[in-house]
Amino acid sequence: MTATRLRLLRLIAVPVALVGSLAVSADPPVRWQLNMTEGASQASQSAHDLHMMTFLLCCAIGVIVYGMMFFSVWKFRKSKGAVPAKWSHNNMAEAVLTVVPALILMAMAWPATKVMLAAADTANSAMTIKITGYQWKWRYEYVGTPVSFFSSLKRDSAEARRLGSGIDPYAIDNYLLDVDHPLVLPADTKVRFVLTAEDVIHSWWVPELGWKQDAIPGIINDNWTRVSKPGIYRGQCAELCGKDHGFMPIVVEVKSQAEYAQWFADQQAAATPPAAVAAAAVAAAETTDLAAPAASQLN
Amino acid sequence: MAHAIASTGAGDLHAAAEHDHKPQGFVQRWLFATNHKDIGTLYLVFALVMFFVGGSLAMVIRAELFQPGLQIVHPEVFNQLTTMHALLMIFGAVMPAFVGLANWMVPMMIGAPDMALPRMNNWSFWILPAAFTLLLAPFVLFLLFGIGGGGPAGGWTLYPPLSLQGGDNVAFTIFAIHMMGISSIMGAINIIATILNMRAPGMDMLKMPVFVWSWLITAFLLIAVMPVLAGSVTMLLTDKYFGTSFFNAAGGGDPVMFQHIFWFFGHPEVYIMILPAFGVVSEIIPTFARKPLFGYRAMVYAIASIAFLSFIVWAHHMFTVGIPLGGELFFMYATMLIAIPTGIKVFNWAFTMWQSSMTFETPMLFAIGFVMMFTIGGFSGLMLAIVPADFQYQDTYFVVAHFHYVLVPGAVFAIMAATYFWLPKWTGRMYNETLGKWHFWLSTVFVNLLFFPQHFLGLAGMPRRIPDYNIVFADFNMWSSIGAFGFGLSQLLFAWMVFDVCVRKHGAKASAGVWEGSHGLEWTLSSPPPYHSFAVPPVIDGRMLAHGDISH
Ligand SMILES: [Cu+2]
Ligand SMILES: [Cu+2]
Repeated sequence: MTATRLRLLRLIAVPVALVGSLAVSADPPVRWQLNMTEGASQASQSAHDLHMMTFLLCCAIGVIVYGMMFFSVWKFRKSKGAVPAKWSHNNMAEAVLTVVPALILMAMAWPATKVMLAAADTANSAMTIKITGYQWKWRYEYVGTPVSFFSSLKRDSAEARRLGSGIDPYAIDNYLLDVDHPLVLPADTKVRFVLTAEDVIHSWWVPELGWKQDAIPGIINDNWTRVSKPGIYRGQCAELCGKDHGFMPIVVEVKSQAEYAQWFADQQAAATPPAAVAAAAVAAAETTDLAAPAASQLN
Repeated sequence: MAHAIASTGAGDLHAAAEHDHKPQGFVQRWLFATNHKDIGTLYLVFALVMFFVGGSLAMVIRAELFQPGLQIVHPEVFNQLTTMHALLMIFGAVMPAFVGLANWMVPMMIGAPDMALPRMNNWSFWILPAAFTLLLAPFVLFLLFGIGGGGPAGGWTLYPPLSLQGGDNVAFTIFAIHMMGISSIMGAINIIATILNMRAPGMDMLKMPVFVWSWLITAFLLIAVMPVLAGSVTMLLTDKYFGTSFFNAAGGGDPVMFQHIFWFFGHPEVYIMILPAFGVVSEIIPTFARKPLFGYRAMVYAIASIAFLSFIVWAHHMFTVGIPLGGELFFMYATMLIAIPTGIKVFNWAFTMWQSSMTFETPMLFAIGFVMMFTIGGFSGLMLAIVPADFQYQDTYFVVAHFHYVLVPGAVFAIMAATYFWLPKWTGRMYNETLGKWHFWLSTVFVNLLFFPQHFLGLAGMPRRIPDYNIVFADFNMWSSIGAFGFGLSQLLFAWMVFDVCVRKHGAKASAGVWEGSHGLEWTLSSPPPYHSFAVPPVIDGRMLAHGDISH
């Protein structure tokens, strides 16, 4: 968010956000987390800033409205001998109460519009990941390469979450938020996602990337991200998709570009049948080019 | 009434009361009911029953969510619980409760003897028990007797393709929705016909109570959107059973089209559930503030503009389905616009309280609670309109908190306020004021404990409609569940009080005016009112109306 006004608002926001940000020293979500994460991408930062701006404006309006009502309740009581006034309208007040909120709304809409215009640009991405939602797992395809895999709930969570399993969720690391094969992405790279689904509608959401996007059968949606900080980012399916909707988490592992290139080469080797290794050598070189090192050329 | 007495004589009036053709016998009186008060009572009792049925499902949901891990129900049953809870509360509790209030109050408020179309009124009520039997059947048969595949589990929004994966409960649900739609449309036609044709001489449109105005506008919304819902679910039905592909991409259809049609109904539906609440609160606050409603005309115009805007904001429920940028901008701006008329209403209630002389009987407590807590839901609604932030909020507990704030301490509190406000008028007996105040304070504390922490859960990343969650969400979920149990138990107080007044016939006798500050034709009738409200049109004196002076 570039608007100076928003910067100022962020300054005011600090005390309010303090509790939230203190809690977010570990990777979100964390216990007692009160606020939206600032996340790891431009989109999540913008969402957070707009969220705080609207929230604080609502708080300011709330102070006026609630202040007025609590004062009335305290002051204008029959038991205190209050005598009701006779007036029942005031054109000036009504005009002001229409125009001022309209101006406040415009002040909110303007930065939101700017963020949306900037976010709509999915061009110039270094690589594309195709995400397909299934009941109840995700499939990730590194478009243009042989690398693709399914990603589903990790086994220890899957066993613990059965009704009457007797396994304590507190004993499981990242209960319900861990998968067998995370989506691996390079840092500092604009990654484009195309999303669809095989059976019913799902929604792919990692809060620290800043958005969710529905994965709909028969329809292709797209979105993008660029994460600079390597790390592990967790999310969940956000659209009701049947009985195991609560059990199809998302894990994105962002690696430095060098580590990613290594990881990708390993995956590609594993994905290529040994008999075809020689034949695939050329293609592999091309696709590595496309998917990993190309990332560094992009700003 | 003074006029009636002068021209017919008190003796005649007394005789008329004995020959009011009040039907004798249970079946005659209730099954064949045509009297607006009897039908109003039927609606309200039905709504109360559904409120407790839907509420007990919510208790099971919150019990499952009390701590991480699955303890009580399987995930597929959990999905049925959330789906049924929503359908029962929306179509079974909130909407019929407001129709019941309209049946009771509209004729008395405009000086009419009854509703315009009494026989249709009978039908529009008696369709409901049949519709809900149909809706509940697959769910109850599965749960209690293990028969069939259970009730609908795809969410009350019935999004395909998921909703079509259900078994034959799809047909049950869709036929039930058709019947509810027919019932609502008939009820709405009746209300419009009554308001437009049966006002007493001198009851001009701009002298009508705000409650009547709010229902007139709500009735038009119902007529406009219930057929849209019926159309969309009919297409679901043919997709499932007759091989059509309206919403099936493989057959050339579009699953997103369902969402557009559904929310074209769905957003006005939100206002169908809240506009009558605005009306109720606009009657109650001036009464206990002993001061006329601030900005009567602005209030009426605000309701009308909210109703208009409700038709052009539907896609704000769908920001994440992949709408083009221009569409997202349009729906964001249109949604934000709703804040203006809504803000006018809240400010006008606050100004009504300014320099007034208030007392805080139970209806007033619930009305003030409504304004304050509905506003919290209004604020989160404004936040949800901001598209980039909505990409984070959408389908999380933040949304759950938002719509429950507008529906529970919003619409439901308004229904409670209305019940306490008019119960003495309906029955001629005062409810127990001490218990009423307990009911208000317990409900308020628990409803906030129930729903406020859900904002935090959503912001921290907990999706809605999940039966189990990571341990970081455990603390606030436990708070929320404790709030839910407390809120649920507190409602038993309400049921007891209504039972005490209506069935046990306890309570002090109420006067005709009931409240010191009451204004309006309904308060000129005795408590309880005569069987036919105004057998003779009343002669209207501006001073007995709340808005008699139309220069305001
Ligand atoms: Cu899902
Ligand atoms: Cu809406």
